[in-house]
Amino acid sequence: MKNSVHKLAIWALLALAATAQVPPITLTSPVSPQKAPGADGFIQRWLLLEPIGVNGLTDSAVQAAVKKEYFPNQFTVLPQDGDKVTTGDAQLTWHAVDTKNYNVDLYHFAHALGKPTSDVLFWAVTIVNCPREMRGVRLAIGSNAASVWWVNGKEVIGIYGDRQTVIDDGVSKRLTLNKGPNIVRAAVINGGGATDFCARFLDAEDKPLKEFTVSLLEAAK
Amino acid sequence: MHPMKYALLATILALASLVLALDGQIGVHDPSTVVRCDGKYYTYGTGGSSLVSDDGWTWKRGTALPRRGLAPDVIHLGDRYYVYIAANIGAQPKAAINMIWNKTLDPESPGYKWEEGGVVASSDGVEDSNAIDPGVFLDPTDGRLWLVYGSYFGYIRLVQLDPKTGKRLNPNDQPRNLAINCEASDMIYHDGWYYLLATHGSCCRGADSGYNIRVGRAKKVIGPFLDNAGVDMIKGGGKLFVGSGGRVIGPGHFGLLDLGDGVQKFSMHFEADLDRGGASVLDIRPLLWKDGWPVAGENLKEGAFEIESVRTGTALELAVEGMPVGGRRARRGPGAVSGGVIPPQEAAEVSKNWPAGNVDVRMANYLCQAQQKWAIAAVPNAGGYPGSPYFKITIAGTDRALAATEDAELVVLSAFTGGPEQLWRMDQLADGAWRICPKSIPNSKEALALSALGSSFATLEKFDPKSEKQHWLFKAP
Repeated sequence: MKNSVHKLAIWALLALAATAQVPPITLTSPVSPQKAPGADGFIQRWLLLEPIGVNGLTDSAVQAAVKKEYFPNQFTVLPQDGDKVTTGDAQLTWHAVDTKNYNVDLYHFAHALGKPTSDVLFWAVTIVNCPREMRGVRLAIGSNAASVWWVNGKEVIGIYGDRQTVIDDGVSKRLTLNKGPNIVRAAVINGGGATDFCARFLDAEDKPLKEFTVSLLEAAK
Repeated sequence: MHPMKYALLATILALASLVLALDGQIGVHDPSTVVRCDGKYYTYGTGGSSLVSDDGWTWKRGTALPRRGLAPDVIHLGDRYYVYIAANIGAQPKAAINMIWNKTLDPESPGYKWEEGGVVASSDGVEDSNAIDPGVFLDPTDGRLWLVYGSYFGYIRLVQLDPKTGKRLNPNDQPRNLAINCEASDMIYHDGWYYLLATHGSCCRGADSGYNIRVGRAKKVIGPFLDNAGVDMIKGGGKLFVGSGGRVIGPGHFGLLDLGDGVQKFSMHFEADLDRGGASVLDIRPLLWKDGWPVAGENLKEGAFEIESVRTGTALELAVEGMPVGGRRARRGPGAVSGGVIPPQEAAEVSKNWPAGNVDVRMANYLCQAQQKWAIAAVPNAGGYPGSPYFKITIAGTDRALAATEDAELVVLSAFTGGPEQLWRMDQLADGAWRICPKSIPNSKEALALSALGSSFATLEKFDPKSEKQHWLFKAP
């Protein structure tokens, strides 16, 4: 019930913001227990944390920003929709979202909540459920701007500088996805203007991997 | 300037543009097509001389043919190697081309035994033909076997052979005339066209030899072979394919060396290699294609390069934080062109903040920064591949060396130690871009190539001729 009330409040806010500020809204609240990847394999369900103020897009600035502890267990937490964290004086909320597009528009997300979109860090988490162990796959992402990515707790991608989202811009080395849940975590840092990201897995033949589901609510139980 | 300084400068300039010729004993005249047998490369020249190589880079003298004739050619069909070699049967243009065959080219093999196959073409000394300089061609479209031959006196001619025996299919068939005023012809097929490559100019005069290889193309194996200007080769036409250049003079006797996966090279000899006392030497170079015409590529020269992906347009770099050339500075206002020349960024300026150990490799927009400039240098005594030696690839101004890892990824080591995972093979592809492959990958027998998988990420993957992922450009930094 807590979640439902929270969702209503958030999505009412999003809807209001959408009409007033950023049409069209590309993000919706998940309604199904599981979501398959899109036609091109993109992961379209994520938990997003409201933005944290940071500065700098160079390699060293981004690495320092993402390695700083903002809230307890930030590299391991599996939040539920509506969970809150406190960082400094600010209380920030996790939001479960589905994106209608291949990418997740963080500008839409933050702007609709009345949050800053420039000089900010977004944490994003999702859980990829695989029917079997998958070897030799790669995480492939694009982000505006810099981002750092972890799969099952291991850092696998870092791309830096002021950049636009390009499909398969950053690609991990070969990795193994476990049978069952796999945690994909990202920190996206924006300097100014638009901000978004996209992510998918590529199989050993570099084809988009589609043989998995995303089920945040199930995993969060 | 002091004369010694002139000499030193000239030497430096010569080294900077050094073309890496083949290594070892490469003296040969009128070499045959290079063929592989049991992992070794073989070619045969006038006089029946033989050159053999384990890798296509370092050559040594081999066992001569039993027939010591002129300008042989060789082809591998089924379980046989057929050699066609001309013999004077009087004074040219009275000549004949004999075929001999063997099941192996390796004299150490128990099956090594030459068999006589008889005459497949001849000229009587009066007709418009000089039956020497054979070139044998298997048509990939229908499996028919052909022989072109001839040398200046009269026509380059075509006869059909039996692919089951290597002999003339029908000795009573009249040869067809294809070209004139040339010699050392050979035929290849590519993308719907037959190409007749023949050598124009004069041979055998050392550095004064005008030899050059020219080409015409036809939709049928019997011609007509027209050049790029529409002139029939039977009237003397021929588009220049390769001529003299650099330190080598008088290329002749084209032979195709198809390495598979769309990687093609060609063999030839130069009448005079100025760096080898003007000797006649074998060479192997990349075969490229442009607008439906074969183009002679160049083997990679040593130097410093940006290594750019054709697919992504981004450049390979050491994964370290870059520093703008000239340092960080505010944007200049309109018209504020001042401050003089900003010198190129050297590794020594910016490398103090680079990690000391192994560093990842990534790709980025090229910004003329030190971590994006790669020095490529041949590694002595490390072997090679057809046409070139293995190279090391290091960050220019450092000893940090690109290497393959045991999980088939890339890393830059803190120093080059000569391991096979640090040796690189560069083959120029048909479009002029380059395939870059490690000599070997630790604990693996897979042959993989440098691959631009993402805009910012490179890896090693199986070569895919249909993809641009493994096409790279070497650009001046």
